[in-house]
Amino acid sequence: MAKTFQGRIFVVRDNIDTDQIIPAQYLNLVPTIHDEYEKLGSHAMCGLPDSAYTTRFVAAGKMKTDYPIIVAGRNFGCGSSREHAPIALGAAGVKAIIAESYARIFFRNCVATGELYPIDAQERLCDTLKTGQVGTVYLQENTLEVEGKTFSLKPLGDVMPVIESGGIFNFARQNGLINTASNAA
Amino acid sequence: MTLTEQLLARASRREKVAPGDNIWVSVDVLMTHDVCGPGTIGVFKREFGREARVWDANRVVIIPDHYIFSADAKCNRNVDILREFAREQGIRHFYDIIDDPKGLWKFDSVKGPVKRQYGSHYAGVCHTALAERGHTRPGEVLLGTDSHTCMAGAFNQFATGIGNTDAGFVMGTGRLLIKVPETMHFHLVGELQPGVMGKDVILHLIGEIGFDGATYRAMQFDGPGARSLDMDDRMTIANMAIEAGGKNGIFEFDAKTDAFVREAAKRNGAKADFDPVEADPGQKFVFDRTFDLSKIEPTIAKHPDPGQKALAKQCGDIGLQRAYIGSCTGGKTSDFLAFAKIIRGKRVKIDTFGVPATPQVLEDLRSIKWDGKSVWDVMVDAGVQMTENPGCAACLGGPEDTFGRVNQPMNCIATTNRNFPGRMGHKEARVFLASPATVAASALTGRVTDPREYL
Ligand code: SF4
Repeated sequence: MAKTFQGRIFVVRDNIDTDQIIPAQYLNLVPTIHDEYEKLGSHAMCGLPDSAYTTRFVAAGKMKTDYPIIVAGRNFGCGSSREHAPIALGAAGVKAIIAESYARIFFRNCVATGELYPIDAQERLCDTLKTGQVGTVYLQENTLEVEGKTFSLKPLGDVMPVIESGGIFNFARQNGLINTASNAA
Repeated sequence: MTLTEQLLARASRREKVAPGDNIWVSVDVLMTHDVCGPGTIGVFKREFGREARVWDANRVVIIPDHYIFSADAKCNRNVDILREFAREQGIRHFYDIIDDPKGLWKFDSVKGPVKRQYGSHYAGVCHTALAERGHTRPGEVLLGTDSHTCMAGAFNQFATGIGNTDAGFVMGTGRLLIKVPETMHFHLVGELQPGVMGKDVILHLIGEIGFDGATYRAMQFDGPGARSLDMDDRMTIANMAIEAGGKNGIFEFDAKTDAFVREAAKRNGAKADFDPVEADPGQKFVFDRTFDLSKIEPTIAKHPDPGQKALAKQCGDIGLQRAYIGSCTGGKTSDFLAFAKIIRGKRVKIDTFGVPATPQVLEDLRSIKWDGKSVWDVMVDAGVQMTENPGCAACLGGPEDTFGRVNQPMNCIATTNRNFPGRMGHKEARVFLASPATVAASALTGRVTDPREYL
């Protein structure tokens, strides 16, 4: 994955749970089946209540989001252990989430799958930033730039190389922890 | 070392571990189900090869339970993927919905969701089934592709939920890299008062620490109060450690644990040898508080998250359109008994759905008789819509045709574990979590009601 990326920001509040990221009725889709992976992406974040979120994350009839960067409050990804959650976001084209904090299993699933970077913010950005603003994430520098303002991010540390290599399997292989070849297409 | 540290030290063959250590642990049991199993199998095959074998076919337990009784073709197919994998790998502990190992599962829409549609192997909700079928053993490490896997911590073991990719890794290697969590100590004293249940305890505790209050941490429950709780209540409490963000919940081993585990093993001809871990006087906690169980009152969690604690007696102004009893924490035999005691001889005022967690629970409800009437009939006569098909059902919404699913905006009180927006179906519906006793009392009145009014 690239170390710098730019795109529109989608802002959500605290406690976005996995049912809001990918509602349970779509868990019949199996992420390792290509078409179903793509479909998961089209449903990403569709569980957000319409009353609180007027902008759709993935526009009707689209497979990908226009918002590759999500900015969130506390406890993003709480709830179930479904890996469908980071996968749906990754499949929709999300590159990074910048949240105040994460639920444990979600964070781990982001790293294990290598789908996206779950970055910790240094401050509560979901109060400052607005959906639709364009941001640039500089992973090396640990910063987010939005409309000329720079916000610092917490370093990803140990998990950075795992995500960069595309998840735990690739990482484990590159580091000699397992020795089978991947059959990924 | 705390109970969790001891378990992880043992599983990583180390003398000592400390919070923050990243260690490779050997896994005793890996559980997966129909929602995450097919993806886990996909990861396993992609990464280890089409011909790969699981690390130990006797340690992989597959329990279809989530989206079983639905006409959705993909849901039905997902159970078939599990069956094919179990056959190919020689996995004995596959609790299939049908009896024919070469057959295909197809939900019969004519029979519908209420009439029995399962064969002789089906086990119901995975976490309850794991315990019932003798797969939870003190001293072991159990990982599952479901966040409520931590329920097995009731049995003095390390149990936590993982994603498909991690589970695929475990399938191939039997190991996983785990970070040792810090432990929060919940020292319990006193005993539960009549009308108060394990669900009230855990909703109270989550409300106290906040619903991300245990993120990355172990929640250790011990002391005389913990020992006074029966295993069903301990299971409910350990299960919902995740609702406070916890990595795992853990109880001490005692005579009650021993009796439950031996009984389950005997019933299923499973392995009954186990080696519990004991509390260590030098254990260190990151949080240490005493809670008096006798002071806990019937507690609910309001929409939209399990940390929104309130006392049932102060929520009488919340009107309800639906009540639901079921799930791993709220659909056990003891849960239905507590519920039935309250509604016995009365009529529910709102739509009320009942889903036994497992076939064993269903059998119990049919065989336990009060004055010659089965508990099942007590439920039905009170107006509760009961299904003969145990499983997760509407606890997590599921496909639209799921029994009891909340398909419209409404207020639903449920014995389930989670109440984020959309959890039981419609994303504008509001779910209130409560004990079976509180849900029963509320079903009678159509508003949130303290069950002690009906004792
Ligand atoms: S009953 Fe509910 S909480 Fe329990 S395993 Fe099923 S979906 Fe999850």
